[in-house]
Amino acid sequence: MTSPIAPDLPATGRLPARPRAGVWRQLLKRRLAVLGLVIVAIVLAGAILAPWLTGYDPNEQMFDGLTLEGAPLPPGAKFWLGTDLLGRDLLTRILYGARTSLIIGIVANGVALSIGTLVGVTAGYFRGWIGSVLMRFTDLMMAFPALLLAICLAAVFEPSLWIVAMVIALVNWVQTARVIYTETSSLAEREFIDAERTIGAGAPRILFRHILPHLLPTIIVWGTLGISTTVLLEATLSYLGIGVQPPTASWGNIIFENQTYFQAAPWLVFFPGAAILALALAFNLIGDALRDILDPTQRGRA
Amino acid sequence: MIAYLGRRVIQSLLILLGVSLITFALLYLLPADPVRQIAGRSATPQTVENIRRQLGLDQPFVVQYWHYLMSLLSGDLGRSYIQRSEVTELIVSRLPASLLLMVGAILCELLIGLTMGLIAAVKRGTTTDQTLMVASFVGVSAPQFVVGLLLLYVFAVRLGWFPIGGYGTWRHLVLPSLTMGILGAGWYARMMRSSMIDVLRQDYVRTARAKGLARGAILFRHALPNAILPVIAMIGIDIGIFMGGIVVVESVFGWPGIGQLAWQAIQRVDIPIIMGVTLVSAFAIVLGNLLADIVAPFIDPRIKLR
Amino acid sequence: MKKFLTSTVAASALALMLGMASARAEDAVDPNAKQGGAITVTYKDDVATLDPAIGYDWQNWSMIKSLFDGLMDYEPGTTNLKPDLAESYEIAPDGKTFTFKLRHGVKFHNGREMTADDVKYSLDRVTNPKTQSPGAGFFGSIKGYDDVAAGKAESLSGVTVVDPYTIKFELTRPDATFLHVMAINFAHVVPKEEVEKYGADFGKHPVGTGAFKLAEWTLGQRIVFERNPDYWHKGLPHLDKVTFEIGQEPIVALLRLQKGEIDIPGDGIPPAKFQEVMADPEQKARVVEGGQLHTGYITMNTTMAPFDNVKVRQAVNMAINKDRIVQLINNRAVPANQPLPPSMPGYDKAFKGYPHDVAKAKALLAEAGHPDGFETQLFAMNTDPNPRIAQAIQQDLAAIGIKASIQSLAQANVIAAGGDKAGAPMIWSGGMAWIADFPDPSNFYGPILGCAGAVPGGWNWSWYCNKDLDAKAAEADSVVDPAKAGERDKMWSAIYDKIMADAPWAPVFNEQRFTMKSARMGGADNLYVDPVHIPINYDNVYVNDVQ
Repeated sequence: MTSPIAPDLPATGRLPARPRAGVWRQLLKRRLAVLGLVIVAIVLAGAILAPWLTGYDPNEQMFDGLTLEGAPLPPGAKFWLGTDLLGRDLLTRILYGARTSLIIGIVANGVALSIGTLVGVTAGYFRGWIGSVLMRFTDLMMAFPALLLAICLAAVFEPSLWIVAMVIALVNWVQTARVIYTETSSLAEREFIDAERTIGAGAPRILFRHILPHLLPTIIVWGTLGISTTVLLEATLSYLGIGVQPPTASWGNIIFENQTYFQAAPWLVFFPGAAILALALAFNLIGDALRDILDPTQRGRA
Repeated sequence: MIAYLGRRVIQSLLILLGVSLITFALLYLLPADPVRQIAGRSATPQTVENIRRQLGLDQPFVVQYWHYLMSLLSGDLGRSYIQRSEVTELIVSRLPASLLLMVGAILCELLIGLTMGLIAAVKRGTTTDQTLMVASFVGVSAPQFVVGLLLLYVFAVRLGWFPIGGYGTWRHLVLPSLTMGILGAGWYARMMRSSMIDVLRQDYVRTARAKGLARGAILFRHALPNAILPVIAMIGIDIGIFMGGIVVVESVFGWPGIGQLAWQAIQRVDIPIIMGVTLVSAFAIVLGNLLADIVAPFIDPRIKLR
Repeated sequence: MKKFLTSTVAASALALMLGMASARAEDAVDPNAKQGGAITVTYKDDVATLDPAIGYDWQNWSMIKSLFDGLMDYEPGTTNLKPDLAESYEIAPDGKTFTFKLRHGVKFHNGREMTADDVKYSLDRVTNPKTQSPGAGFFGSIKGYDDVAAGKAESLSGVTVVDPYTIKFELTRPDATFLHVMAINFAHVVPKEEVEKYGADFGKHPVGTGAFKLAEWTLGQRIVFERNPDYWHKGLPHLDKVTFEIGQEPIVALLRLQKGEIDIPGDGIPPAKFQEVMADPEQKARVVEGGQLHTGYITMNTTMAPFDNVKVRQAVNMAINKDRIVQLINNRAVPANQPLPPSMPGYDKAFKGYPHDVAKAKALLAEAGHPDGFETQLFAMNTDPNPRIAQAIQQDLAAIGIKASIQSLAQANVIAAGGDKAGAPMIWSGGMAWIADFPDPSNFYGPILGCAGAVPGGWNWSWYCNKDLDAKAAEADSVVDPAKAGERDKMWSAIYDKIMADAPWAPVFNEQRFTMKSARMGGADNLYVDPVHIPINYDNVYVNDVQ
């Protein structure tokens, strides 16, 4: 088996292939992609089954969850992964935190992807002044230090789960827009699109019938990779204390709340940290495999 | 070339103008009052209003932005509301630390990333290759604050090899640079690998091999320099990624750079500092992209400047 | 009031006296103190400015006190007022005229002698809106303040230079806190020529009359103070040099202290290391514990339903498990039951406050018409440990049926919400809580519990305004006679007891200070938890390892 990342084929510059039925089967043939799928499945199961997997309430601050001096308890028989600084069960919080990560990962990324596609297709298909305004705006967004922009946005709105998702979406659509723009503009120059135009097809028909289907592989690939970026950004915002509001558990805010103790109680940082890493890694692995399968021209590019 | 450069410079300036406008507008919309931060807890409403007038913060948005822009054009970033020093002075005093961290991070990511990519390319298809590529994915998937805290715990707290944080000697620089570099190393490893594989397929490498040159000589004298160039050209773009991580990494390690400056300023709505740091970062990003675009055609003649 | 009485004519019935010879202050010098040596103090955050008219952070507050002096000061380690640049003072019987005799031969660091003109200049400067001083409002009782604050005058008409060593203040109302006001940093004396020379950068080039002068300031890295050899107070300071190292993480500072590299970790002992330090007898012996003029509290917006009902507010008071919250911060605080902290004059030791009683709290809620509780919002600052404390409060409230959602925001956003009448139903004050500007009970009233603060943009986040209490407060503050200080304190105790009956706040805890020092440091313990010098009183401490 060849490495899924290896750009074995030279860049051909040909049209990206339309998604084929065999994608799923091909995906399952790749070990790393399977690893990614398994991780996602585990996280998803943990998030959905959380109430049945643990006997604790994620927000209950237990009196026997802290020492008399207010220190958290290490992993043990009663609290498998130990407790946090408020005497809550860490395992339970990590399981419920998976919900936050997945919801934001999917919602924020979905919105970002939609904005990115809309901007990219519009700019790439219509060109002209709309195109250049949109693309200049995209350039402008690229020049922002992403985290700083997210921090400022988060400070303007009263934070909640959905606001955090929107903030992330507003920061993350730019990359997608650029890629989609490039692809759309090269598609728009193709003969078959011209042919459609000459037989009098309207823009909506061309866009939905011909352009979007060809863009689908790219959208799928970027959509998968984007979840990883989104999960990381959510964790970072929560780590800075400006993400999801307490007591809602998020992997990032678990670390934020407990990091003053991390030298004495490193498990409070490492378990949620490992969860973030695993989920981000999983989507990166799947996304990369999809890129290989769906779109050989994109291989190996950052 | 000159015309291209001129156009790009003007474009970059417009981008910076846009960044300043958007940031200024966001800060204007902030549901917090900078004047009350300046005036402190014991200020009477009258004191608050006096200070507001002194700073021109009672003016409409457009007027405020115009004033900011005018002083910006004369090179004045204003004075910090809280610290009362020139923002330029504050940023200049913090910039060396951030630049040092950037250099450290770039060295780390190149050293680790290029080595990984090189080995993976040479050992293509083996377990080593696969392991390295998984490692590169771990690098790009790891949240920087987790990596930073992990490195701190293992190498500073447990092993005591490096200081737990702070700034001063080269030993202070190692862990933050590594934290910052691990993310980039993942990207570089993958780019280096594909670039190297491309080069190894080229005719001149085959010829060299046919002539019976030693494997090491081919790799290091012929293939490596050619493979490395397109990868190095990405450093300019890297600056953007670096600026994104600076707030977190500096706060984990207590590194006295502009990231910390910005973070403290955001907490206290010190608008001139937030504006200043955002503009400086945006400037660096724009400059990095510009450099990457200018360098590209020299490295890959197929790319033409448009 | 033209006739001044000197301190030698003690306690006459007419004249409120006070006046101390300078000799008295010099007696305060520790006879065991050793002269010379240098210490190193660390801080994490940058020091903003050393301009006494502007600096208002806890780090620079104490530094400024060592560089500058005011007419009044406190005896080291205590809250007892004493004349400082003043040699003596007199207060007219109506409590509206204060006359200070200045000490002769006091020199600024630039060598020029300080006179009454400098005192007047300094006050004109701090009240001038152009200076943008956060402390301008403290001088509101001085005649002519309104004109200066409004930009109509450059000079306070109520401040008169009688002669180079005599200055007279006329007030618009009797003000018992005026001597304290003359002791705060904003009233410290600055030399006009240096202020004009450096302009807005005076805070980077401070020149005062204090025990130390600034020798070096490397932005973001190091500040060095060196002994002022011409300091008027003979025998002080003991140290030749104090170096402040900036940008040091508390955890690093502690390690360096343990290695003997530094003397005072300015940010204190980090939470995760606190137990470890206190468990080691050798290290514990070097920790000095003391009170702090601080109260952490929950405000309830008395103009917003359902907190406009006193029973609801009382129920909240009874719902909070203060012991557990104190436990969450490593027992580094004591539970509070009233606005004033225990080390503040006027603290009512007999007052018991509201007990932690969930059943009674529920009953009160039911009486108020909320048997099933209600939903509300709790605002808190988003730096540790405040979100954690907010969650503990949230759980306590949930136990009596109040469902409070947490808004954990940047400090500035919380302050903005608190200053908006419809902004925040409840606020946990942590990180922004009131720390007294000066050790006087009135300081916990005006801006945060009085009607004056219950205005848009004010600091009275519970929007509690009780006209009766405002009148009582004014009455208490017109008791200017220092001999009646005890009586005045009682008046204030009564005011705070009444406030607690109305329960606009739920006081939660008073933070304790734990200052750790190196083994070589000497001086009385109270210098290390000095109520007005945080973390320590730099002028009076010394080191033992010098000859």
